Amino acid sequence: MYPADLRYTKEHEWVRVEGEIGTVGITDHAQKELGDIVYVDLPKVGSVSTKGQTFGSVESVKAVSDIYAPISGEIVEINELLATAPEKINEDPHGEAWLVKIKIGAPDEIKQLLSAEDYETYVGAETAH
Amino acid sequence: MRYLPKSDVERRQMLSEIGVSSLEELFSQLPEAVRLNRPLAIAPGKSEYDIIEYFRDRGLENANGYASFLGAGVYNHYRPVLVDTVVSRGEFLTSYTPYQAEIAQGTLTTIFEFQTMICQLTGMDVANASMYDGSTAVPEAAMMAVRLTNRDKIVVARTVHPEYREVLATYSRHQGMPVSEAGYDAQTGKLDLDDLARQLDQDVAAVVIQSPNFFGVIEDVQALADLAHKNGSLLVFVFTEAVSLGLLRPPYEADIVAGELQSFAISPCYGGPFAGIMAAKEKFIRQMPGRIVGETKDTRGNRAFCLTLSTREQHIRREKATSNICTNQALIALMATVFMTVYGKEGLRELAEQNMSKAHYLASKVKPHFSGPFFNEFVVSANGRTPEQVNQALLEKKIIGGLPLRRFYPELGDAMLLCATEMNRREQMDAVAEAFA
Repeated sequence: MYPADLRYTKEHEWVRVEGEIGTVGITDHAQKELGDIVYVDLPKVGSVSTKGQTFGSVESVKAVSDIYAPISGEIVEINELLATAPEKINEDPHGEAWLVKIKIGAPDEIKQLLSAEDYETYVGAETAH
Repeated sequence: MRYLPKSDVERRQMLSEIGVSSLEELFSQLPEAVRLNRPLAIAPGKSEYDIIEYFRDRGLENANGYASFLGAGVYNHYRPVLVDTVVSRGEFLTSYTPYQAEIAQGTLTTIFEFQTMICQLTGMDVANASMYDGSTAVPEAAMMAVRLTNRDKIVVARTVHPEYREVLATYSRHQGMPVSEAGYDAQTGKLDLDDLARQLDQDVAAVVIQSPNFFGVIEDVQALADLAHKNGSLLVFVFTEAVSLGLLRPPYEADIVAGELQSFAISPCYGGPFAGIMAAKEKFIRQMPGRIVGETKDTRGNRAFCLTLSTREQHIRREKATSNICTNQALIALMATVFMTVYGKEGLRELAEQNMSKAHYLASKVKPHFSGPFFNEFVVSANGRTPEQVNQALLEKKIIGGLPLRRFYPELGDAMLLCATEMNRREQMDAVAEAFA
């Protein structure tokens, strides 16, 4: 279910680390909870994200949810596809519908993220409540 | 909703419900220093007859039967009788702006029509459900430009209504949004392009212009837009005289339009309430304050209206709020909607033509101060007297004169702003011209 090559947060974001770049998205669990996504507000390229701080929002027919930066660093690219096709997040949350690419500012932060297995356990526990 | 005072019986019931014996006991926990230990200094109650008589007498103090040549942001236009007939209906008059919006299909229909006509009038793609008035729409447009460009400075033309600029200054003071002013050409009365160009740098989010400007002069919107856009800044187009849009080319080059609809059947009413508009290019819709009504289909496939976009931040994520407007100016905006429906495209053009020809007739008899093209307002010098003296002479002929400009533009000395509308007759205009002779 949750790709093993990604790292996860309890706020339901994922990170794919490739060299010094971390690609960020929201998880399949998050998109299911949100329902049909109609708008994504992303930060500007060149702005700097701080781990744990909100840097954008995802709006569904049900609610608006903040996106929290899973890692700190400079935003080097945003997914332009989502401006016209936000529903891609519902279709392919771990792939095509990534949100931003961050130039990793503090590599130590990566280690603090959850593995796929831990995230799945966390989500399972959360859902069980 | 009825606005009737509580009876003594109801007061006693409420007090006993919460377990206190008197109003005094209810207030006893307030510190003595903040208590007002005397009755309010207002006159005792009057009979209904006395009240009616009092207000009838005050009404007679109004300048009824006077002709007016006063414009400067509030215009003397005809109000079709149909306007009050429609807005007096209880369904509109007594309902608050809808929060469970879809229940109020009638209100949504009028707002949708309002937005559609504002788009047609301004040449923009999207319009919101209205703003409080023109003056507050201006800083909202400026803040929107700041959010869109990620820059923080605003350059506003000195030819924008001085009171709108004061409201902009009030909003900007604690927004970290520095505002500077671009001067005007002393010959033409238009915004000085060179002065504007000097103030454009990489921090300027928007250039705010008004046309026809406060002097009544029509600005070169295209040239100003080019200058702003070349600098990566947005152009905010402001209007105070909505009737001008019946004749002048819509400001297609602008990015955001902010304006005042008082001219559209909204009574001058000592300065308000009025209704403002905000319209923009579609790509800016997400940063627009207020709400937008859209067309949709109901479960049976019938045409229906819904609240498509609202500033949900203000209802559910208040810490993200970008504006203090959550709703719209529903009833007053409806006056403008009925006005636009009654006049239609042809009617509005005809009305605008009448305004322009009357103002130009009057201007041909006096000497306009500026050489720039104008619509229904222009600046004129009081010709060796003070504007107050001229106005006093006019008042004796039951004519309200123009606005003395010294208060806002000391450099213009004894100049005043005159406005002529469809309400002014030829003999009244001749009388005004005589006063300037």
